[in-house]
Order: sequence, then C-alpha cells, then structure tokens
Amino acid sequence: MSTATTTDTRDEHLAPVSTDSLAALLVAKERPPRPTARSASVTFGWRAMLKIKHVPEQLFDVTAFPIMMVLMYTYLFGGALAGSTSEYLQFLLPGILVMSVTMITMYTGVAVNTDIEKGVFDRFRTLPIWRPSPMVGYLLGDLMRYALASGVMLAIGMLLGFRPHGGVVGVLAGVALLLVFSFAFSWIWTMFGLLLRSEKSVMGVSMMVLFPLTFGSNIFVDPKTMPGWLQTFVNNSPITHLSSAVRDLMAGDWPAADIAWSLGWSGVLLVVFGTLTMRLYNRK
Amino acid sequence: MSEKREGPAIETSGLVKVFGDNRAVDGIDLTVPTGAVYGVLGPNGAGKTTAVKMLATLLRPDGGEARVFGHDVAREADAVRSRVSLTGQYASVDEDLTGTENLVLLARLLGHRKPAAYARAAQLLEAFGLTDAASRQVKNYSGGMRRRIDIAASILNTPDLLFLDEPTTGLDPRSRNQVWDIVRAVVAQGTTVLLTTQYLDEADQLASRIAVIDKGRVIAEGTKGELKASVGAGSVHLRLREAAQRSEAEALLTRALDAQVQVEPDPVALTARIGAGDSGQGAAEQASRALGELARAGIVVDTFSLGQPSLDEVFLALTDHPATTRESAATATSATSATSSEEAAV
Repeated sequence: MSTATTTDTRDEHLAPVSTDSLAALLVAKERPPRPTARSASVTFGWRAMLKIKHVPEQLFDVTAFPIMMVLMYTYLFGGALAGSTSEYLQFLLPGILVMSVTMITMYTGVAVNTDIEKGVFDRFRTLPIWRPSPMVGYLLGDLMRYALASGVMLAIGMLLGFRPHGGVVGVLAGVALLLVFSFAFSWIWTMFGLLLRSEKSVMGVSMMVLFPLTFGSNIFVDPKTMPGWLQTFVNNSPITHLSSAVRDLMAGDWPAADIAWSLGWSGVLLVVFGTLTMRLYNRK
Repeated sequence: MSEKREGPAIETSGLVKVFGDNRAVDGIDLTVPTGAVYGVLGPNGAGKTTAVKMLATLLRPDGGEARVFGHDVAREADAVRSRVSLTGQYASVDEDLTGTENLVLLARLLGHRKPAAYARAAQLLEAFGLTDAASRQVKNYSGGMRRRIDIAASILNTPDLLFLDEPTTGLDPRSRNQVWDIVRAVVAQGTTVLLTTQYLDEADQLASRIAVIDKGRVIAEGTKGELKASVGAGSVHLRLREAAQRSEAEALLTRALDAQVQVEPDPVALTARIGAGDSGQGAAEQASRALGELARAGIVVDTFSLGQPSLDEVFLALTDHPATTRESAATATSATSATSSEEAAV
C-alpha cells in the first residue's frame, strides 16, 4: 500500500475547489436510467478510440507489422514455392492477411492486462452496467485496428500485383468473415489477460498458441506434402478453414463449407472463452 | 437527513477474506449509520482496503455477511453498485484520457446522454478547479489534481454511499485540506462517506464515528470522544526558564490537568498527558488553562507545544504493540504540534 500519487509544484497554480458549486451539483439526485448493453459497449469502444487518438504509436502494430509480413513472405518464399513472386502473392495474400490479423488479436490480452494493473478497472467493475461491456468495448476498438490492418495489407498487396477475382464484394466478404472470427478469437486473450500476472507472460502464452496455429495451416503451402498426422491437424485447424474461406471468397467463389466451419469455430470460441473471461472478470 | 432513511448504510457481521494463509479481514462487525463520515483507521496492511473492496462488490467475502442499504454485497451486487461509488488508493481514472474524456466516459456509462454528459463533466471540472486542465491527459496531472478528478468521477451521480480509500495518502498538506473540504461538502448534501485512513488527525477532522482496525479485526469502535477517552487527547511539552521552578510547576500541572506529569532529563523540561477530560474541554483549552495558572504562580514558560496522540499511541493504548508503519506516526501529528518520541513510551 505504498503511495501511488506524487505531488509537485503545479499544485501551486491550481484553482481552489468551489464548495458552493460543488454543493449545487450534488443536490441533483436524479439518476438517468442505466445504459443498455449495447450503449455501454459502444461507450467502451469510444474509450478505445480515444486511446488510439492519444497514443497513435500503438497503430504501428497494425500498419508496419502487416506490411513487413507481406513483403517478407512474398519475396523470401515466392520464387521457391510457386515459381514466381507474383504468382505466390495471389495464393499468399488472403492467408497472410488471416495470419497477421489473428496475430494482432493478442494485443487485446496485453491491453486488458495493463488495465487491470491500474485503478480504472476497479472503477468499471463498481459501475451498474452490463458486465461484459468493458471487454466487448476493447474488442470493438480492436475491430477497427483489424480493419485498418486488413486495409493496409490489401493496399500493399494490390500495389505488388495482387488481383482478387471476387472484386470488391468478394474482398469485403472475406474481410468481414475474418473480422467476425477475430472478434470471437480475441476472447482467448481477454481470458489470458485476466488470468496471467504480467504483460510479458500474456505475450509469451500468445506466441506459444499463435505460432503453431498460424504456421500449422494452409496459409503458406498446400498441406498435401505434409506427413499424415500433420495433415489431420492442419486440415481441421480453424485457421485453415478460415484462410481457405477468405481465399476463395476473394477469388470470387462461395466456399460454403469453409464459411460454415469458420463461423462454427467463432461461435464455439465465443461461448467457451467468453464465459471463462466473464467468470474471471467477476471473480477477480 | 439521516433520520429519513431506513436502516444503516452498511451492516457487516463476521466478514472474512482470506488470501492464502493471510486472513486479511478476520471477522469484522460494523454498523455505519447514514449521513455522516465514518472513519476506518488502521496501519498499512490492517485490512482496510480489503474490507472496502468487499463492500464495494470488488471482492467476494469468504465468510460472514455484508449489507449495503439492506442489499447483500454478494447476492445483490448490482443493487449495491447503483448506490455506491469508490475512490481507490490508486487514481481510478484512465491516465491516457483527458479530464473531460474521463468524466464524459463515466457519465455515459451511468446513462447520461451525450449533451448531458458533457455538461455534467464541465460543471464538475469547474467546481473542482480543473477547467484549465480539462483537455490535458490525466497522466500529466499533479497528485492533488488526480485526487480531485478521481473524486469528481465518483460523484458524477451523487452516490448514497461514497468509499474513500486513503484519499490523502501522499498529498501535501494544502492538497489534503482541499480534499477534506470536498469530503465535507459531499457529506453536507446527505451522502454517507466511509473513509479509510492511516492518520488519526484525518479521522478526527472528518469522521463522527471511528473504527480502529488491526490485523483484520476491529479493535475499537465508537465516537471520536469515546475513542479519545481511551487514548487521551494529547500531550503538552513545556520548557521553563528556571530549573528551580520545575517541581512547583509539576505539582501545579498535575492538579490543573488531572494528569500524569513527567519530568524530562533536560532540567527545565516537562511533559504532561492530557486526558479527554470530564469537562468536555479540548486539549488546547485544558492546556491554555494550565498555562494561565502557571503564569499566575509566577512560573515563566519559555516554549510550549501541544501534540495530538499519534496513531502509535492509539495503537499502544488499544493493543500491546505499536502501529507497524513508521511514517504513519510521523505524519499523524499536525504541522503545528509535535509529539516527542518519549511520550509514546509513557
């Protein structure tokens, strides 16, 4: 219980507290009806936007990192894997989009974890509001970040020669599916954000989950050359279903099965990790 | 104001919270009446914050019961949340956001529409003297400003019960006095305040009833007068001009103050403990009466100081061990008075 606040000379210039106007304010006892679940969540989303406004550096993760991913994998592997970089890009871009955005989701856990350390979290928890709204608010803010990352990657991809045959509709449908999945997937990180003690351990666990999950998929190569046991894993991974769905949507097809699998996984992740997150949130 | 409401603001019985082997709160029974400041006094680690967190629905009790305005804190948490608000030890606002943004955010979460939220935020910033800092990020605020924005956030909707967890720890005396003014203004409008503090001085200034907590238990509870009667109101330290007059002064003081008088190693120094007194007189009144009598007897007093009982003394009187934190004893005495260390050993 050490002292958290510091004092400095700026207090000297601080205007005095006006107890009269304070008393006048306190007389007003009327309370507006409590906000709806949607309204509370949107308000927390607004908080996430304000944080981006005040700390724009945090957008580095969703701009520079995705650009680096596209350039690196296209030029490093393109020639070897597909004969030419431009051909590989057609195959790779939707997948690398899925990979980058799922990787960015881990910052949700880091944000939750840093917030708990601060007193503001206690304030939110004593408010008479829909309990999951602070978490949903984080994720609404993050959806903006995911959308931004997608936009940046698609732009750089087009610049390098990516030509989606699905046109604007196909691309938007692919991105929409990716955002739905990312929203659901992020609840894993809100859970870890609440569960683990430090920001570093959240990062560590995230990496341990994300690397095998994203590389063990059909993002980079066709799984046909993999050993049987690995094919079983890869073909049933949610990331494989998602990247196939996004790839086909952008190519102008309608991959009904993969879309259904992606949405099904989203539902399961949301229910399981959403429940666990809220249990931890209430018990914390 | 308090008579109109039904029942006490807080009622706990056998409240327990255990962290591993540590029984942080070990069976607390409290009844906090409405409409006044209730002080919870204790050293670091006494369990004050844990108790407050349970009452504010942030922690689930491991045993016992707690009711806030008749609502069980565990089973009817939402009903409790709609009537209380908490200012924790650490600034409970978002440091990345500006003063206005913080207040608007909370106003929106309390159900105010956007225009009303901005209006309320502006009024609060004005009343708290923060208008100039409204568009600065809270992380650039000074300690005193943080406390203000924090308390402002807690009274956005005038709460029926406000928890203030060590609101002045770490503040300079000037900012501390301003926080006290705010607390008085809040209570004057009918809000009940539960204030935790390490400083007897602060509890004395603000609270009408005080509970002293040590090792997760209430070791004393009562009005300020009752508490002081068990500790004594303070002590007077005198230095005489003539060492030869000391024994005469000692006899005189013993009679006048009806108290123990101790002679110091210094041949001209004397220390007298002042009891709460049956006459209902404060320590200062009693001391000045005694000084008057000394003057009439022709005894010249060179210097004089009046010290309040420190938290250490309260603890020595109530338990058999001193308060564990050193700085609490040092800061508990007000700036104009001094309590010498030998007094604590009386």
